Parts: sequence; C-alpha cells; structure tokens
Amino acid sequence: MSKVVERKPLTFLEKTYLPQIVGGLKITLQNAFRPKVTLQYPEERPPIPEGYRGVPTLVRDPNGREKCVSCQLCEFVCPPKAIRITPGEIPEESESVHVEKGPEDFEINMLRCIYCGMCQEVCPEEAIFLQDIYSVVGTTREEFVYHKQKLYELGGTLPDEHYKWDKKKAATERAAAGGHH
Amino acid sequence: MDWIDILLKVVYCVLVVVVTMTIAGYSVMAERKIASWIQGRIGPNRARIPGIADIPVLGTALVKLGIFQLPADGLKFLFKEEPVPAHVKKVYYTIAPCLALVPALVVLVVLPFGVYYIDGQAHPLVLADLDIGILFILAISSLGVYGVVLGAWAGNNKYSFFGGVRSSAQMISYELALGMSILPVFMWANGPTGGLGDLTLFNVVTSQTALWNVIWMPIPAFVYLTALFAETNRLPFDMPETETELVGGFHTEYGGFKFGLYFTGEYAHMVIGSAVFTILFFGGWQFLPTFGFLPEWVANPWASWGWIGSVVSVIFFIVKLYALMVFFIWIRWTLPRFRYDQVMTIGWKYLLPMALACIVFYAIVIGAWDTFMNVQDTPAIINQSAP
Ligand code: SF4
Ligand code: SF4
Repeated sequence: MSKVVERKPLTFLEKTYLPQIVGGLKITLQNAFRPKVTLQYPEERPPIPEGYRGVPTLVRDPNGREKCVSCQLCEFVCPPKAIRITPGEIPEESESVHVEKGPEDFEINMLRCIYCGMCQEVCPEEAIFLQDIYSVVGTTREEFVYHKQKLYELGGTLPDEHYKWDKKKAATERAAAGGHH
Repeated sequence: MDWIDILLKVVYCVLVVVVTMTIAGYSVMAERKIASWIQGRIGPNRARIPGIADIPVLGTALVKLGIFQLPADGLKFLFKEEPVPAHVKKVYYTIAPCLALVPALVVLVVLPFGVYYIDGQAHPLVLADLDIGILFILAISSLGVYGVVLGAWAGNNKYSFFGGVRSSAQMISYELALGMSILPVFMWANGPTGGLGDLTLFNVVTSQTALWNVIWMPIPAFVYLTALFAETNRLPFDMPETETELVGGFHTEYGGFKFGLYFTGEYAHMVIGSAVFTILFFGGWQFLPTFGFLPEWVANPWASWGWIGSVVSVIFFIVKLYALMVFFIWIRWTLPRFRYDQVMTIGWKYLLPMALACIVFYAIVIGAWDTFMNVQDTPAIINQSAP
C-alpha cells in the first residue's frame, strides 16, 4: 500500500528562509565543539582491519624456507601484469633441493599493482600475501619495483599448516629406505 | 603643507595598509580554522617558525592555532612558478588581479577606525575625513568587480567568462539594494540627532550614541548584510567562483602570486565590508549604546584616557570587525550556494523592494521625530555652533 506524503505549502517564515539559516548556524556551531576526528597521520596510524589488502609480499614458512616455487601462476593471473618472475633452479647443495624450483628474482611493480589480491588467491603454495602495508613511497619509478629481497623483508614469516614439501621429503626418504608407500 | 605632514601621512597610510592586510591575511587563517572546526577537523597546526615556536607553552599554542601558516602560505605563493597560459590576453591578465585588490585598499582612506579627543571635541582617526565618505566607499568598492570581470575576460576561457558574466550581473543587482539600504542610516545621521549635514562615516557613528542602528533598523541592516555577502562574492552568493560548475570561475587561469592577489583581494573586501557595516550599524568603536538613559560615558568610556583611549577605541573597533568576519565565515560553512536564478530573484524581487519600503518607512518615522522633538536642544548642533 502506498502512503501519500502530504506536502504542506511553505509558511511565510519558511519562505523567508531565515529560520532555516538560524537552524543551520546552530548545527554548525554544535559541530564546531564536537571532538575532532582528525588523525595526526605520521604520528598516529589508522588501525588496519583484518583482511586488509595492502602491498603484496612474499612470506617464508616457520622453518625459514621460502615458500614460492616459482610456478608463475601469480604472474599469469595478475590483471595489470605487475609481477615478473625469473625462475631458477634450487642448487644441489641446498637442503630444500627436492622442491626443484624457486624464484631467482621476483619483481612486483607497485605502480602497476592494483591490490586486487588475485596473486594471493591463486598461489598454490600460499607464498604471497597482501598484508597491512599501505604506505608506498619513493622518488623514482625504479624504487617502486620491489625485488625478491625486499618482498621477503616485508612479508616476514607466516604460520604454515601443511609443511607440504617437508612431508614430501619425508615420504621420499621413507620410500628410498624401502618403506612401503 | 610642509613635508613633515606629507611624511606623516605616508607613514599613516603604510601603517593602515599593513594592519588591514594583516587582518585580511589572518582572516584567511580564521577561515581555514573555523572551517575545519565546523567539519570536525583540526586544521593547519604544523607550520612553525623555529625561534618563536620553541617558546615553551606560547609557541606550541601558536603552532597549534596555525598562526605561522600565513607566512608559510605567503612565501609559497611568492616562490611558486607563475604559469601564464598561452591563450590569455597578457596585459589584462596581469592588470586584473591588481584591479581587484586596489579598490579595497583605496577605500581605506575614508574609513574612520577610531576616535581621539582634543579639548573634549571628538575627532575621527581617519586618513582623509571626506565629506562624501560613504559615496566614495560605494563608488570605489564597486570598482572591485572590474578586477573580476577583466580577469575573467582575459582568461579567454569559457568557464572564466561565465564566472565574469555572472559576477557582473550579481554585483550590479546587489549594488542597488546595498546603496538603498543605507539611506535610512544617513537620514537619521543628518536628521533629528542633529548631524553635521554630511555623509562622513564619523557622523554616522556619532549619531548612534543613543541607539545602534542595528537595533532599530534591523531590516536595512539585514538587507545591507545580504548585499554585502553578494558584493564580496562570499557564499551563499559566490556565483563568480562556483567551483562545482565553473572549475574556479573567474580565476580559473590564474596561479601563483596573481591568484594570491585575487585571494587577498577577496578578503580585503570582506574586511572593508565588515568595517563599513560595523560603522553603519554597530556603532563603530563605541563601547555600548546609551539607550537614552545610561550616562554618556558608556558609549566612549575611554574618552578621557588620552592616546591610550584612542588605541583602545581602535582595538574595540577591530574586535567588532573580527566578530563580523567570523560571522561571514560561519555562514559560509553553513549554507549551500543559491542557484543563479535564485540569486537574481532575491536581489531584485525581495531585497530591493524591502530596501525601498525601509526608506519610505524610516523617512516617515524620522520626519515625524524631527517635527515633534525639539531639535535645537540636541548636543551635536550645539557642538557644531560652539567653535
Ligand atoms: S595484488 Fe593483484 S595486481 Fe597486485 S600483484 Fe597481486 S595480482 Fe597483481
Ligand atoms: S608466489 Fe605462488 S603463485 Fe606466484 S610463483 Fe610463487 S608459488 Fe607460484
């Protein structure tokens, strides 16, 4: 059922617009004495909510091993093509040699990145995460291309539930020892 | 006139201009601060001049109040690159901002801003006590529109042009109401209170000893104030600028110091406008109206203090002026802009008839007063015939 709103014609006082002005002045005066909402930015920082999509970073697992296996899925999925990966072999003497591949270099161009989070979503290794860094500054374009080392510095270590490669290594070793699979 | 007189006049002029420009500058600051308070922000609170800002409590307070933002802004305007777009008319483009500022400063010449006494006779503190004071002010301050229109035209750009056209239409419309609304004031100043028979502003202030005009002439005061808002291009009448539709209006093509000139010009106009309003309706530098029964000293308690009294009267005048400026700013951050046709309607259909009606009404009232009260006893007439 529709409700008809009755529109009264304006009274004389309302037509003069003066009571409205006075009302407005009152409101602005009250607002002037409200507590201020300004955040004094560089000294005070805003709280970052859970699930915030900040700068994409690379993370290590709690054992300190780099998780990225250089599968390049993120590179392919990235809509603005912000990621460029140079895949590399993992050297024989490394203890994670069984992973076979790791990124030799991993570049993310922060000027291109649109913080969509696709890379995080697609990564099969949970190696790339958009964390809470929101302030990206630099004076040249080159400075905005973050390389592997910087990405790991920003990313730090995140807890891992699977230890997928450790399990695989253990399984291989067991098989090699003649264990039954 | 010997050269020391001329030198003194020059010094006075410089002093007055410096004080006015400082007031204008700090009203920009006031504008920014009040705007941010109203919007729940803090406003500029970081600019600091090392030596002064390091004084323990005072310095921090000044920094918090944004006092040092003004020199910072001024310097910024000075050192900014001044782009001159290729398509502008160079000569007019350069002249226009000066034209916007100069009238405001010229008006200062006839503006009384205080009082001093010689042998108990009050004299105005003013650069030139012209007989036609208010006419001079009306004539010169309306020249300010040429700065706007010329700048708009020289900008050679349709947005600026629109701003200029609108502003000239608006200024002309409101000029009428502005001029008419002050007629009752001068009728009164030259009528029953026994004025000196001229248009000086000092005369107007003296005529308000008993009752400030705003109290018994609220409608002319209101019309004048509204027209003043329009004349100074302040919101809710900032047709020439209308950032939302015309980019920047008449000063779209301006940058750097030329823009700064326009900016100060606007505020200088506001200061002058508030000063004139204070003189016409708020009793100028007088402390309180006597209401006809309070003793005479209430109006000028500092009459017998010598030069200190004069300084106090100037300060009191500036306080009133600043209160009015704050009101200007407060209105700006409260009201939305009128539509262009509304501006025209208000000007021609409401303010102008209202002003005319006031003239008739107050003419009758003052005429009746003149006829039925004994004019010969009023003090000003006696004063006039005394020397
Ligand atoms: S967040 Fe989006 S844009 Fe940025 S690197 Fe990842 S996939 Fe590319
Ligand atoms: S970050 Fe993930 S998706 Fe990208 S290359 Fe490394 S493992 Fe593959």
